[in-house]
Amino acid sequence: MRRIFTGILTFSMLLTGCVNNSVGTQSRLEVIKKRGSLICGVSGKIPGFSFLKSNGTYQGLDVDICKAFAAAFLGSSQKVQFRPLTAPERFTAIRTGEIDLLSRNTTFNLSRDSSKGNGLIFAPVIFHDGQGLMVRKSLKINNLEGLAQKSICVGSGTTTEQNINDAFESKSLPYTPIKYQDLNQVVAGYLQGRCAAMTSDRSQLAAAKSGFKNPKAHIILDDVLSKEPLAPASAGGDQLLSDAMRWVIFALFTAEEKGITQSNINQKLEIAKSNPQMKPLRRFLGIEGDLGEKLGLPNDFVVKVITSTGNYGEIYNRHLGPNSKVPIPRGLNKIYTEGGLHFAPPFN
Amino acid sequence: MKISYNATAQLVIALIVILVVSILINNLTLNLIKTGLGFNFSWLFRPASFALAEHPLPYSPSDSYAWALFIGWLNSLKVIFYSLLLSTLIGTCFGLFRIGKNALLRLVSAGYIAIIRQTPLLLQLMFWYFVAILGIKKSIISPMGNLLSISNQGINLLGVTLSAEFTSLLLGLSVFTSAYIAEVIRGGINSVNKGQWESFRSLGLEESIGLYKIIIPQALPAILPGLTSQYLNLAKNSTLAIAVGYSDIYAINDTIINQTGRPIEAFIILLLSFLFLNLFISNGMEVLNSMVTRSTKL
Repeated sequence: MRRIFTGILTFSMLLTGCVNNSVGTQSRLEVIKKRGSLICGVSGKIPGFSFLKSNGTYQGLDVDICKAFAAAFLGSSQKVQFRPLTAPERFTAIRTGEIDLLSRNTTFNLSRDSSKGNGLIFAPVIFHDGQGLMVRKSLKINNLEGLAQKSICVGSGTTTEQNINDAFESKSLPYTPIKYQDLNQVVAGYLQGRCAAMTSDRSQLAAAKSGFKNPKAHIILDDVLSKEPLAPASAGGDQLLSDAMRWVIFALFTAEEKGITQSNINQKLEIAKSNPQMKPLRRFLGIEGDLGEKLGLPNDFVVKVITSTGNYGEIYNRHLGPNSKVPIPRGLNKIYTEGGLHFAPPFN
Repeated sequence: MKISYNATAQLVIALIVILVVSILINNLTLNLIKTGLGFNFSWLFRPASFALAEHPLPYSPSDSYAWALFIGWLNSLKVIFYSLLLSTLIGTCFGLFRIGKNALLRLVSAGYIAIIRQTPLLLQLMFWYFVAILGIKKSIISPMGNLLSISNQGINLLGVTLSAEFTSLLLGLSVFTSAYIAEVIRGGINSVNKGQWESFRSLGLEESIGLYKIIIPQALPAILPGLTSQYLNLAKNSTLAIAVGYSDIYAINDTIINQTGRPIEAFIILLLSFLFLNLFISNGMEVLNSMVTRSTKL
């Protein structure tokens, strides 16, 4: 009895320690500005999205989005600290305030967005993805039915796990999920032959495949099991931060739409300054109006962002373009004027 | 007079403890509500909608989270139980080798203990899984015909199939714990007075009979407490299952937290289930201990 009692006492003490007592009403954006750096949660293990290079720097689409936020919030894309997180860790990290925001291949869905679910608030989708399956060419499997009774390597703690189950269950196909905690283990299990197939978002499969010794021996099946809109996220109930994030991303889309790039931004700025009739461009670049101030950001935040990271298309091409190490066709990730899904509301 | 003083002191201490605990619990609940995480266990009865590779009892994705957790607990229990037996067996052998007369066995045993105790368990598990078991690739090894076959999908022993994940966790945990158990056994046997060895030898008893009838019964009271803590460690270490893809309670809890966004409740369940399991192990060992102590005192 005494032992149980002591156990409970210690346990409740531990729990109390977990919870941050200073939950104030201050926006996280103010905290970031005061700190002078942005703490950004990333994966760190997905080439093309966020990957730790041998020189110790993070690179990828998700990483550049963090840099764009830092450029807008703090005026410099260098003022970011990256925190590598596993899939199960990420939501706790954001709820407890360990990180300011998440830019880590996170699927935007109802449970995660709702205040009674994970309680996050999502920025606009930065990458439209879908879950797929990768198999060895030598197995001659070309659809889901071919995988009946087989083992499939899955990452645990992701929507992937639920989607694969939904897909197989709806066709009444039995399968064995072998679950690992992170993508590297899924890849190792698959390459070592524990599973006939591995499943993840198609972008991650492409990224993983790019690192294989013989990428051509593997194919990604045509079956797309789910919609995976990947978006940055922050803790719910903080409008100042979530608005700022939303409009930084819209700025990246709008810049691509308007043909404003990292190399011509100064030129565009000159043109806008000398032509008072170009109202939309002047507002967008913060020469007139107070769009930035309304968000709690400097009026020229768009200029800062584009100068440091370029527009959305430039970021995409740098990490996922045809000449990058992880080429993924743009498809749905084109700007809406070119037939894709990326659309930004007006900067008015 | 002295008794009443003690009673008052105890009462005061009890009140302080109750006060502190209630402040802590109140504080915790308030903070949880403030961060929008107020306690809620209703999700336990919603369908889990994820599949499990191994389940000792029937399980389907339409079963509840609670049932999935229970299956995970059974999976944990299964691996803990078998590792407990296997590690005791291996540990006892190596412990006896270590004090035996055979110099080669002594050396082998010392080397085994040194290597196992000086490398991290997580690394050993990864080794057993990714290198030893999955490294077998496609070919199937059958050293005993139909009785035993080993492949990278697992082991088939007398018609019982053990998955690659279970096998590597079982081996990893057993080997790791056995090195510590070997040392506990050696320490226990060394604690028996040398005179006891000399006396049974002078009576003309055989070495092995003397060991089992004279030395081990006297060594047990010294061995059991050490053994208990190794067993408790083994139970807790089993949560490293997540590294080798075995669906133990921790791995399932991990998935559930991600799907429900209820880390605090899920961790409370996890902690309580381990508390319960380990109390069971330590109380069981205590009973064994008191039996042994009583029998040697007689």
